[in-house]
Amino acid sequence: MTRQKRRTGRRHPLATVALLALGLVFTGGAYAALSNGTTAQAEVDPNSQQTIEEGKKLFQANCATCHGLSAQGTDEGPSLIGVGAAAVDFQVGTGRMPMQMQGPQAQQKPVQFTDEQIQQLAYYVASLGPGPDIPSDHLVNGGGDAANGAELFRINCAMCHNVAGAGGALTEGKFAPPLTDVSGVHIYEAMVTGPQNMPVFNDLNISPEDKRDVITYLKYLQDNRSPGGIELGSLGPVAEGLFIWIFGLGAIVAITVWITAKSN
Amino acid sequence: MTTAPSATAPQKRSFTSAASVYVNERTSIAGFVKELGRKAFPDHWSFLLGEVALFSFVVVLISGTFLTFFFQASMVEVHYDGSYVPLKGVEMSVAMASTLDISFDIRGGLFVRQMHHWAALLFVAAIGLHMLRIFFTGAFRKPRELNWVIGFILFILAMAEGFTGYSLPDDLLSGNGLRIIDGMVKGIPLIGTWTSFLLFGGEFPGTQIVGRLYTLHILLLPALVVALVALHLVFVVVHKHTQYAGPGKTQQNAVGPPILPIYAAKAGGFFFIVFGVLALIASMFTINPIWNYGPYDPSPVSAGTQPDWYIGFADGALRLIPPGWEFVWLDRTWSFNILVPLIVIGIFIVTVLIYPFIEAWVKGDKREHHIADRPRNAPTRTAIGAAGVTFYAGLWAAASSDILATHFSLTMEGVIHALQAVVILGPFVAYFITKRVCIALQKKDREIVLHGYESGRIVKLPGGEFIEVHQPLDEYDRWKLVSYESYAPLMIRPNARGKITVGQRLRASFSRWFFEDRIAPVSKGELESGHDTHH
Repeated sequence: MTRQKRRTGRRHPLATVALLALGLVFTGGAYAALSNGTTAQAEVDPNSQQTIEEGKKLFQANCATCHGLSAQGTDEGPSLIGVGAAAVDFQVGTGRMPMQMQGPQAQQKPVQFTDEQIQQLAYYVASLGPGPDIPSDHLVNGGGDAANGAELFRINCAMCHNVAGAGGALTEGKFAPPLTDVSGVHIYEAMVTGPQNMPVFNDLNISPEDKRDVITYLKYLQDNRSPGGIELGSLGPVAEGLFIWIFGLGAIVAITVWITAKSN
Repeated sequence: MTTAPSATAPQKRSFTSAASVYVNERTSIAGFVKELGRKAFPDHWSFLLGEVALFSFVVVLISGTFLTFFFQASMVEVHYDGSYVPLKGVEMSVAMASTLDISFDIRGGLFVRQMHHWAALLFVAAIGLHMLRIFFTGAFRKPRELNWVIGFILFILAMAEGFTGYSLPDDLLSGNGLRIIDGMVKGIPLIGTWTSFLLFGGEFPGTQIVGRLYTLHILLLPALVVALVALHLVFVVVHKHTQYAGPGKTQQNAVGPPILPIYAAKAGGFFFIVFGVLALIASMFTINPIWNYGPYDPSPVSAGTQPDWYIGFADGALRLIPPGWEFVWLDRTWSFNILVPLIVIGIFIVTVLIYPFIEAWVKGDKREHHIADRPRNAPTRTAIGAAGVTFYAGLWAAASSDILATHFSLTMEGVIHALQAVVILGPFVAYFITKRVCIALQKKDREIVLHGYESGRIVKLPGGEFIEVHQPLDEYDRWKLVSYESYAPLMIRPNARGKITVGQRLRASFSRWFFEDRIAPVSKGELESGHDTHH
């Protein structure tokens, strides 16, 4: 009887499994909730005076050294009047601004502000003059036509960013960064604002729907690994050549040494 | 030779024996097998590199045959309707669409396609390494000069095979590669444009080129490669294989396991190992993801567009030319930015091709050589080889200048200028360093032969003197160190008519260049007196 009793309740053989499942559901749920929280736009009212005031304070403390106290620009940095919220969201949201050092191109570093602060900054700059706004979710969620996006990408973007979005070199130390882990919002903002050495692709050049398709294609590349196996950085024949010389021929030569080794 | 059929044999004959006799009575193959099977093949890992090339070529042939069943070499435009989503509905040539079908819709197609491409890369790489081995051990000397030429032509043919194959899928990368070739052809004065129109059947890209390249790729070039490989191997059998110096190894023999059964078993097993390595690579690593490149369209060029590695040196040569070398003169455009690399590469290729004859002429040596040199014992040749490798490697690296720039955070201009210096000055630096290193190694060998190894054992003599005991070399090791040939510079002598020709003067100065700095091998006399003064 006692033995029977011990096998029920929390001592049931399946109790561990149930506990594990429960734990997984909780961690999964919490993860989903938290990651939702980070991707969803923080609740900031773009037009409220308070947002703009907060943004102004942040701007004056962190950006004014180069861009001037009222964002009019100095010898160190360009005027930000009319660049729009999208430009700020991209530059600050990807960690390029505040800039680490002057150089051929602003380097990416860990993001310095919270989403809320980035938006306050963005709407402050947007309040100085009209410019491109942060795109709405339906343009950046990757629900467009990947085939059209791929074609547009090859024609407009691949010469700098590489067909697989692996990045590429420009002149004088400048470069086009890899697009393998850039979010849809930032890709869209880059297209409309032309950060660093990138040209602006305005809405007459590539319509918002086409931009959405480009993002869809890049998201497809991000979400689907190469059907052929390990990509070797998607760098094309250079990586392939290095691989065959070092690992292919290296392995073969090791085997030839083994085959012809004299037995002791 | 053949065993007479013995009607009176009491014991039962095995099936193998009966089958062999049956075959032999009809083909007289026994003599051939006996002759070939008893050929000795010296054992050294570097002697297997040519086999690697051969085996990867066999893999290329097998996988390529599979691909021909499904590839369609046509440039007719269709709308893709296969299973790769980001290309659905995109207009492309049948060649591209059928390559995508091979990759996505034919069972095992992607695996075989990747194996074909990886094996092709390994094929050319193995040829390259094999050639370096032949060069640095002097295995191209008489009687093997012609086989060097055949091998080098095979290398060129392999590159042509590779390039035609690279161009077949009609994707963006291959189209860009063809456009560069088209540009190079058009850069040739007078005949350039005509030749380009002839190749492409009209203005680039036209609708002909894939079909034409396909014929070259699967018919003409493989036939030439197979024929020359056969000839190459016949010569190996005729000449015997070279071997490294050692006791019992002479110019007249070849020491090693016989082809049958040991060597054949090893080589047969090795084929499957090469096949296996290639299959493993093909199953795990993407190569030439044409689905990323998309169909060819003359307007886009992707960042990081490069040829396959073996054409890289030519691409690099184009990249290293400074701006402004193209100008208009006599109402014609003169593209020296294209002509100079073409000419320099042409000279380089011809020099490598005829190098055995140059060296033989400089030496005035008409003897046969079957003992392979250790690279250090031919310092000038080794140094010339190192200079050539540096030159080639500089051009090769230049083909990846953009990737060097992004991955090492350099400026593209800096990379180009550095590589220009490597290509022009590097060979001289490499020549000088290599020659000095070779001579220093020869001196070290001499020292070891005469005095043995330092044993680290210090002995105090009765007189109070401390000496380190040197351990003498055993005879087997000594043999390897002393048996090489040393050449002295040729003396200028008047010919039968009492004249000194310009050719002779030239030859004498080349000979001085080759052999002025030299370390003679230890002679018998030195060895004996060296043993006497044992300290």
